[in-house]
Amino acid sequence: MAHAGRTPHVASALSCADVLAALYFGALRIDPSTPEDEERDRFILSKGHGCMALYATLAERGFFPEEVLEEYARDGGRLAEHPSPRCVPGLDAATGSLGHGLSLGAGLALAAKIQEQSFRVFVLLSDAECAEGSVWEAALFAGSRGLDNLVAIVDFNKWSAMGRTGSYLEPLADKWKAFGWSCTEIDGHDADALGATFARVPFEPSRPAVIIAHTIKGKGVSFMENNLEWHYRPPNDNDLKQALEEIEGRES
Amino acid sequence: MRNAFIRGLTALAERDRRVVLLTGDLGFKIFDDFAARFPRRFFNAGVAEANMMSVAGGLALGGLRPFAYSIVPFATLRCLEQIRNDICYQEAAATVVGVGGGYSYGPNGATHHALEDIAIMRCLPNMTVVCPGDPVEAELAALAAGTHAGPLYLRLGRAGDEVVHTSPPPFSIGRALVLSEGSDCALIATGGILPVAVAAAEQLAREGISCRLVSMHTVKPLDEVLLRRCAAEFGVLFTIEEHGLIGGFGSAVGEWLAASGVRCRLRSFGTRDGFAHLCGDQKYFRQLQGLTAEHIARQVLEALKDCA
Repeated sequence: MAHAGRTPHVASALSCADVLAALYFGALRIDPSTPEDEERDRFILSKGHGCMALYATLAERGFFPEEVLEEYARDGGRLAEHPSPRCVPGLDAATGSLGHGLSLGAGLALAAKIQEQSFRVFVLLSDAECAEGSVWEAALFAGSRGLDNLVAIVDFNKWSAMGRTGSYLEPLADKWKAFGWSCTEIDGHDADALGATFARVPFEPSRPAVIIAHTIKGKGVSFMENNLEWHYRPPNDNDLKQALEEIEGRES
Repeated sequence: MRNAFIRGLTALAERDRRVVLLTGDLGFKIFDDFAARFPRRFFNAGVAEANMMSVAGGLALGGLRPFAYSIVPFATLRCLEQIRNDICYQEAAATVVGVGGGYSYGPNGATHHALEDIAIMRCLPNMTVVCPGDPVEAELAALAAGTHAGPLYLRLGRAGDEVVHTSPPPFSIGRALVLSEGSDCALIATGGILPVAVAAAEQLAREGISCRLVSMHTVKPLDEVLLRRCAAEFGVLFTIEEHGLIGGFGSAVGEWLAASGVRCRLRSFGTRDGFAHLCGDQKYFRQLQGLTAEHIARQVLEALKDCA
């Protein structure tokens, strides 16, 4: 998609692709044939720039035909470089400006509590996004109200758009715990660990859960891994060929 | 107006279980009754307006009817992008409630003055902007907001606003209220300055000028039918608002005139560009800005002479 659309953020999408696979092919209580079901689990990609991974996951899961992916970043297409609301079945919330998704998710989780509904809300944030003050407003709000139907996942690839995030984010888990969340840290590319962790949310009653998923930006493509260039650069023909060879080679 | 608003909202919540009230830690005591009656539908979201507006968006996406309340600058400017992305862009049926339109919080200083909010809220796509003219309209606006399908900004006065309507008018979002028909000119006010417009019309009546007095409580969308009628009958429109002249209600009418091709003069009364650096109450600032019945009546008379 990034190749055809000449778009950036391919490494951001690869960073969270395994988390999305674990959600959409495991954790989420969803049915692609009833995407508007009021009791469906909700997912919000707060790091909207990673949406290539989400679009591909939704297509793979059967929410819409794979051909729709060709509309990505095309004039008049439905799939923008940051998702617009309800642009395709299964995509609930528009994102793109960082620091919004967790509050939006907290509102949805609160709506479930008020209406005594059983759905849960999963929000995927980037680590760099945690510099937004509104993330911590949301963390305080959800933590203090015991929204145990809310699950945040931090795609902790240790990169921001300009460099490394570690120095200003750590200790990240302690911060979430101090805001009333129960927290666990896992390898965000370990499908078994992701599945097992999602299976036991909420980790504690009356507390929202946060999963700090340690990830690698650009995961799966050797020359993209931990190379900030791929936050910006669209892959050319050779890049695409090599990337696909690496990924498909591993799958077979 | 805030008490009238909460009265309307309480009545609404009685019959609509989807109504949820959020406040950004403001409204001491006035929400006690609502909170007691609907404890599961009242939340003090704390001094965190950005989060509150996105939470409101999320509540609406979850099928509820949230109202998010704070003083105008904190309910609009502080969290503008949250309102834009998480309410307007998502087409969420959430109501942003700003208390303290214009100089209602005059003595609190310019941080609390609300002179840009109409301009900013009305330029957001999908947003409807409603500025009740008195407590009666505020109560009816709260009720109307409950059945409004999309994002809405409700701009209130504060406490002790003068009552204009002696009986409940037929309030409907997007339909202006004609308080008196008049035959010489149209005074069209929005928001809490309405009583000043009433007084100006009374002064003009003593000068032999018969005013059509209009409360155009909905600034977006404008009541274009009524504007067209007034323009055609009088050839001059006077708009009155307690808000900056840049981008506000008068600007909206001017934009409509320019786009509609209707030939009509426009004279807008509002506040000049600039912050207040001295203290004063609402009355003081209204006087300073020429938003008094005397000044408006005098200006209208002069303008009518020019037109003649």
